[in-house]
Amino acid sequence: MDKEENRMDIIVCVKHVPETAEAEITVSPGGKSINTEDLVFDINEWDDYALEEAVLLKEKLGGAVTAITVGPQDADSTLRKCLARGADKAIRLTDKAFEGSDAFATAKILHKAIKDLPFDIILTGTQAGDDGYAQVSVVLAELLGIPHVTMVKKVEPKEGFMRVNRELEGGLQEVLEVKLPALLAVQTGINEPRYVSIMGIRKAREKELKVLGLADLGLKEEEVGGCGSWITVEKMFIPPVEKEAEILTGGLDEVSAKIVEIIKSKGLV
Amino acid sequence: MKEIFVLAEHRRGELRDVTFEMLTKGRELSQKTNMDLTAVLLGYNVKEFAKKLADQTKRVLIVDDARLENFNAEAYQKVLSNLISERKPPLTLIGHTAFGVDLAPSLATELNAPLATDCIDVDFEEEKLVVVRQVYGGKVNVKASLRKSDSYIVTLRPATFEAQQVEPLGGEITEVPSPLKEDIPYKKFIEYFEAPAGEVDITAADILVSVGRGIKEADNMPIVEKLAKALGGVVSCSRPIVDKGWLPSDRQVGTSGKTVKPKLYIAIGISGAFQHVSGMKNSDIIIAINKDPKAPIFRAADYGVVEDLFKVVPTLTDKILEGKA
Repeated sequence: MDKEENRMDIIVCVKHVPETAEAEITVSPGGKSINTEDLVFDINEWDDYALEEAVLLKEKLGGAVTAITVGPQDADSTLRKCLARGADKAIRLTDKAFEGSDAFATAKILHKAIKDLPFDIILTGTQAGDDGYAQVSVVLAELLGIPHVTMVKKVEPKEGFMRVNRELEGGLQEVLEVKLPALLAVQTGINEPRYVSIMGIRKAREKELKVLGLADLGLKEEEVGGCGSWITVEKMFIPPVEKEAEILTGGLDEVSAKIVEIIKSKGLV
Repeated sequence: MKEIFVLAEHRRGELRDVTFEMLTKGRELSQKTNMDLTAVLLGYNVKEFAKKLADQTKRVLIVDDARLENFNAEAYQKVLSNLISERKPPLTLIGHTAFGVDLAPSLATELNAPLATDCIDVDFEEEKLVVVRQVYGGKVNVKASLRKSDSYIVTLRPATFEAQQVEPLGGEITEVPSPLKEDIPYKKFIEYFEAPAGEVDITAADILVSVGRGIKEADNMPIVEKLAKALGGVVSCSRPIVDKGWLPSDRQVGTSGKTVKPKLYIAIGISGAFQHVSGMKNSDIIIAINKDPKAPIFRAADYGVVEDLFKVVPTLTDKILEGKA
């Protein structure tokens, strides 16, 4: 394909989240959030794949990738990572008024930032590993008036449209064709995200990282934050234990011997 | 009489389990709030489903249109937003599935109806809708309330509510004309695609040694392979291992992979997100090894070891081999 003709303006929406899969989580005293002091923050896992897909499309077709996030200044590390991995520009949407935004309010903020930008395709993760709404991308597409496909496992660019595979349950996928401009929310495993190179980090320093707030986006305070949200968190708590495993204790040898006993008692070895 | 809508989910000629789970939860809510339980069925040649749904509801609204044969979020959204605008149900339940994830947020936005996704509980408390959801991979629960509204949309997590049988209610079946005038021009269903089966069938194994994110590096995989070999079992895994390409997708246990029921399931370095647990919770014996004592996997397991897997797994492998010698 001719690179010039097919060049794409690609927007990728990312979120800066704490890594919690391997960490022990505690609820903070107010009961409405978790303690994050000891947690490492990074790009949301799903968005990591979305970023890679954006860069792959750019490499294939030519064009430019803009990474956008709604978040505090700390989120710059995630945006810098995007720039180092191949995004050309980054935009951080930050305002005191944005705090407490749920998925719906977050999508409204993104909508205002994106609606006047040139784009052929918007890539996002299907969900975030922290609040797991799986909602921002589809609300954003609806606000922009463009079609969307979620849980995307494969993207093939065609003339004026994309052929995509969507992940269903039980190993099944469906193949769809969607016209551009469109929003594709990707599922993990769609590609192999590359590592950040030293060269990439060096180049990222030269790239633009713009910060926009409430007034820049033409938003009103009541449209965002808690007021502009559908959902209010009442209370966070560690799930009640309905059934708990019998924890095997002792030294490594003792624990291993206990497991062998259990397996033997079931006649399995 | 006000209604609670349950959107029936079906694929390739079958009503999906989540439909009956939602009907159970919907029935409980409808009794409590004195509303009618209405199943909404969109599809093509799906009258057979309508009878099954009528057994469990006050009524079934059916929209039968060739354009609804295969799920298309845009087509479904048009039909549903019409139905909801006309009949104004205070609550519409949709499954938090590949189908619901693609449909509910845009529908809610169009209708300006507050939406809560992936809920494990939902209730009306003094006119307000209250939900319980899980965050941080199931490590924390959130109780949340939705902004006051005449109409709410909630997606329910599959395999969370137990589908209950009821005496057939003989609900009325009402056909509603389809509002779709043409095909959706910008999104087209082409076909289903299934990855070809590999050489190992994990659903047939008696012993599964299953590995997750805790294994950290591809180079560490041999320690679980050795354990599986010692036990005469097969290696399976949770999603991150397939995402990283360390094992083929036919080894994946969970919602998007296989559902397994071995005699013994050893979960190693798997935190136990519900997507994984729903694929293995019916195993006879589940043993979990994880260093986080609060990992959700310990709520699914029969026995747990809170310890570094890199220490336990090799020791365990040695013990098993010793016992055999």
